[in-house]
Amino acid sequence: MTDLLKYLLLTFLVVCAVSVARTRDLLAAVIIFTAYSLVMAIVWQLLASPDIAITEAAIGAGVTTLLLLAAISKTRRYE
Amino acid sequence: MEDLIVRYVSRIVVPFVQLFGLYVVFHGHLSPGGGFSGGAIIGASMILYALSFNLAAGTKKVSHDLSLILESSGGLIYAGVGLAAIFLGANFLGNKVAGIPLGTPGNLFSSGTIMIITLGVGIKVASTMITLFYSLIEGEQKTDEHC
Repeated sequence: MTDLLKYLLLTFLVVCAVSVARTRDLLAAVIIFTAYSLVMAIVWQLLASPDIAITEAAIGAGVTTLLLLAAISKTRRYE
Repeated sequence: MEDLIVRYVSRIVVPFVQLFGLYVVFHGHLSPGGGFSGGAIIGASMILYALSFNLAAGTKKVSHDLSLILESSGGLIYAGVGLAAIFLGANFLGNKVAGIPLGTPGNLFSSGTIMIITLGVGIKVASTMITLFYSLIEGEQKTDEHC
């Protein structure tokens, strides 16, 4: 069961990473990247490193998203 | 951008996020987390506040100058604790060797100076996040146009 969840999450990570690179809408890319970071935090937790999981959830999903949103609000949305 | 839902949800969420950040910082020597993680959480909560309201509301709580001062003082706390151990006759950041009482393991106030060091790192990281956001968003336009 845990193996199934792990493979599901890893597949989701690969799909997210590919779609971040392929999407043309930068705002959508930022949101997909946030989902990537959240799933990555769960994967870190499954790999028994809660310290990195907290940091990934705070930095990857929180601060990076907000800074990229600020950058998009300064520039334009479409590539 | 006037979004009622974003404003009210962030007004409810931000105090709890900051409380959790303080918990992570102060339990850095007991549980997972520490100065970097907790400081990042506190900084992200302030950025969320400034982004969901506007920049003026954010700078009213923590101004740019205050975050710059906090950023420097966090580093000074770390260096000061380290140098205090040298003055007590141990190496840099010496803890038990410098004669500091450690307390019982598992208590909140234990492990000597590690808690003060973690607090300094937390202040440093949180104010660095806030300064980064202010420097990025402050430009020629000071309105609250986001996306």
